Amino acid sequence: MVKEYLTISHIAGPLILVEETSGIKYGEIAEIELATKEVRRGKVLEVTGDKALVQLFEGTTGLNVYQSRVRFLGKGIELGVSLDLLGRIFDGLGRPIDGGPKIIPEKRIDINGNPINPTARNYPTEFIQTGISAIDGMNTLVRGQKLPIFSGAGLPHPQIAAQIARQARVLGKEEKFAVVFAAMGITFEEANYFITDFRRTGAIEKAVLFVNLADDPAIERIATPRMALTTAEYLAFEKDMHVLVILTDMTNYANALREISAARKEVPGRRGYPGYMYTDLSTIYERAGRIKGKAGSITQIPILTMPEDDKTHPIPDLTGYITEGQIILSRPLHRKGIYPPIDVLPSLSRLKEKGVGKDKTREDHGDVTNQLFACYARGKEAKELAIILGEAALTELDKLYAKLSDKFEEEFIAQGEEENRSIEETLDLGWKLLTMIPTSDLKRIRDEYIEKYLKQSNQ
Amino acid sequence: MKKESKAKIIKVSGPLVVAEGMEKARMYDMVRVGRMGLIGEIIEIKEDKASIQVYEETSGLGPGEPVETTMAPLSVELGPGLMGGIYDGIQRPLDIIRDKTGSYITRGITLPAVNRRKKWDFVPLVKKGDEVRAGDILGTVQETPLVIHKVLVPSGIEGEIRVIKKEKFTVTQTIAKVRTASGLKEIRMLQKWPVRMERMVQKKLPPEVPLVTGQRVIDTFFPVAKGGTACIPGPFGSGKTVILHCIAAWADADIIVYIGCGERGNEMTDVLLEFPKLKDPKTGRPLIERTIMIANTSNMPVAAREASIYTGITIAEYYRDMGYNVAVMADSTSRWAEALREISGRLEEMPGEEGYPAYLGTRIAEFYERAGRVICQGTKNREGTLTVMGAVSPPGGDLSDPVVQATLRTVKVFWALEDRLAYMRHFPAINWLNSYSLYLDNIEAFLSKEIASDWMKLRNIAMAILQEEDSLQEIVRLVGKEAISPGEQLVLETSKSIREDYLMQDAFHEVDVYAPLEKQYQMLKVILELHRSSKHALEKEVPLEKLLTLKVKEKIARMKYIEKKDMSEFNSIEREIKREIDNLIAK
Repeated sequence: MVKEYLTISHIAGPLILVEETSGIKYGEIAEIELATKEVRRGKVLEVTGDKALVQLFEGTTGLNVYQSRVRFLGKGIELGVSLDLLGRIFDGLGRPIDGGPKIIPEKRIDINGNPINPTARNYPTEFIQTGISAIDGMNTLVRGQKLPIFSGAGLPHPQIAAQIARQARVLGKEEKFAVVFAAMGITFEEANYFITDFRRTGAIEKAVLFVNLADDPAIERIATPRMALTTAEYLAFEKDMHVLVILTDMTNYANALREISAARKEVPGRRGYPGYMYTDLSTIYERAGRIKGKAGSITQIPILTMPEDDKTHPIPDLTGYITEGQIILSRPLHRKGIYPPIDVLPSLSRLKEKGVGKDKTREDHGDVTNQLFACYARGKEAKELAIILGEAALTELDKLYAKLSDKFEEEFIAQGEEENRSIEETLDLGWKLLTMIPTSDLKRIRDEYIEKYLKQSNQ
Repeated sequence: MKKESKAKIIKVSGPLVVAEGMEKARMYDMVRVGRMGLIGEIIEIKEDKASIQVYEETSGLGPGEPVETTMAPLSVELGPGLMGGIYDGIQRPLDIIRDKTGSYITRGITLPAVNRRKKWDFVPLVKKGDEVRAGDILGTVQETPLVIHKVLVPSGIEGEIRVIKKEKFTVTQTIAKVRTASGLKEIRMLQKWPVRMERMVQKKLPPEVPLVTGQRVIDTFFPVAKGGTACIPGPFGSGKTVILHCIAAWADADIIVYIGCGERGNEMTDVLLEFPKLKDPKTGRPLIERTIMIANTSNMPVAAREASIYTGITIAEYYRDMGYNVAVMADSTSRWAEALREISGRLEEMPGEEGYPAYLGTRIAEFYERAGRVICQGTKNREGTLTVMGAVSPPGGDLSDPVVQATLRTVKVFWALEDRLAYMRHFPAINWLNSYSLYLDNIEAFLSKEIASDWMKLRNIAMAILQEEDSLQEIVRLVGKEAISPGEQLVLETSKSIREDYLMQDAFHEVDVYAPLEKQYQMLKVILELHRSSKHALEKEVPLEKLLTLKVKEKIARMKYIEKKDMSEFNSIEREIKREIDNLIAK
């Protein structure tokens, strides 16, 4: 029989202290029954002698020291998984909110997962075509990668995420594909956008949604991404599916983490975030990947909004150190009316080199990308110079580069929300832009490719 | 029934566990925690209470569970069989763990780091009756085709060889018996050494020979010496890991120890999958045969991350003692420092800067000080070197970060990575104005003897041109290019060539990835020769535009792709420079 404790002695923020306990384990789950018979869940954060510190996922509002009962369940938080999860919508703690029936689990899995043994990993090399030129051409996504979108308030990251979820596919293969979507602290409207979009395109059939809204308890957000990733691991490594996980918005997650840390009166690190935030975030991001001998894969696209568009803020900063690159959205591009407003220069896909080239995309891909980067950077530099010194100060060549960079933004980066460009279309578009400058300036492209592809574009 | 020890857990807080009844506990002893037997280390003692940092995930652990001390400090196993291996932060073999428990790392596993069953062909180098002391080579074992493992007399043993045999042995069998002052001692290939203790040497020497990495910006401008220390701080995306991988692959060290400390799992996988394919330039053997990896990725337990760099450097010291040139790469020391901070916070120590413990600087200095060029122990005065290179990941790329600052106070080479350069796709993104190396004087004699007597002179001229570019750029930005003299414009042109044709190097191009010193010298000579003769031509009143559009420039831009066997091409480029410019002057 499970023991019940009536010995809460202290409540602060999301934390409660339970005394006179025995046999409590670090990390186990507790159920707290309020006087109203409402049951909330929490997790043991620290045990000292007979005292246990418990963090409540649904907050402590309405909790009373004398009338609340605490039961410790002797295990971590678990999620019941089965293939029936597909097509369903859950709250941040995995309870159905779409009016559908309860899930009859095939098995229950601890949501914290275990680290993947580095020797068991398979290196991601398969190109994923998202149909977005700024990603496919310049910052290529590969299967098993974790590539976050660094956005800002008011930028169209939901549209980009939805477009990726809709269009992403691996060339030349028909495989089982699924999307796991975790919303943390986003607004109803934003969540509704995703749900409607998934329903409209039929993607919902192959999707699992975990939704923690802005007015849901902040602490619940700690569990939400782990619920999603546990589902993803089940689908990928037990059911051989290729899973795309979208996590939005990691900024809200990190703020929830800070809230708990502050309530525990821990020594804060930068901007009040706990010193262990790097480790904590890594236990989420590192759950992406491929495993040797398993057919499935987990590709992660976490989305975060940078406070004040500041890339050095701890949340984007620590994320960038863990993830394999980043897609950065730019406010100036957005103001110019360019969708998707992806700033390709500071964006980066670390796994790109292994995912592009012959037999994967096209042999000239790497060189074209490098050349476009160099040209766009030079063109932007020339334009900056022109602002200070006037356009007359530019050399003829620099004027060409300036023009090229404008065209690059208008034609290459910009595309429609429903436009799905193949990688060939993207690369050909790149070649078309490169014809604007003298061939002798194409220093980063091998001669044989210039021979082969530039002529085609000139015709 | 087994008697339960009376030491018991009284507190669990993340990776920190406090136990009471620990009267026997000694600082830094290893302990087994809880019923699962998790591995931990004692890091603080208050009366009979000991604080233990646990190297494995602690959920499910609770007060009342037993704690057992092993009465031995955290140690690594040393012996043949380490090479090519991949270990976690406390030297558990990850590949064998995978065979045993599957794709995920579970808890409470103990496995020997060194294979106990494999038999090695032991070839003695000493014979019965020889006098030996600690550090002397007893014999050798071919560990991998690339590495001859030298079996050393363990520390503390000195005397006469009584028995030694040429035979196949496992690491735990006795290979020799030595009569010492305190009786007959048996020697086995397997030895242990506490990770937090530096291995002993006879004496340290100043480094004199460069560690050739094949990276032009490093070897020419900011070289690190064999036995030196270097750090690479930089924001994310600036290419720290790519540079470290390149160095691990191409540096002319005999042994590489690569410590992945709190970094991405896929990066370790990349090394694991790539190094068996990459060939050693000298022998053509796979690089993995000279590489040892320590992998404690960011999502693996945080306390083991703290231990990982000590595990790595102790193994490195062991191979140094055999007389090898060993290079250690630690990626990233910031994650190690963060682990230190997390444990310190849970111990409720008074925090210093940014919450890091006050002893951060001391720990960093102690770590880098284990590098050096040394005379190893033993009678033969063998020389070995240990080079340490650490990546640092400062928040937001801000170099005022305490970890960066403490590191810079210790290390002698600073490779300043900049994200601005990375955005411009200038790789390696090492800033040529902010970086420095304090080994230039040490290695000058070697370079002028081995490569060319004017090596350092060329390097300094090139550096001066880059420096001048920086001040000229400022003027150009304000008033435009026309305002500066043709001579100054030529400086801008040459510095651009140095940047694009020399400093930039493509880590993914089969030829450009590695530039031998000889090629580096030739390339720099060509660029500076063009500069010199263009300057001369300007004096002879050749118009600048003509000089900026020389045909040979195209060849200079493609110099980096010249293969080692075609070194004569450099001479023909030089001749072409002379011909073209002479023509211009003659007109």
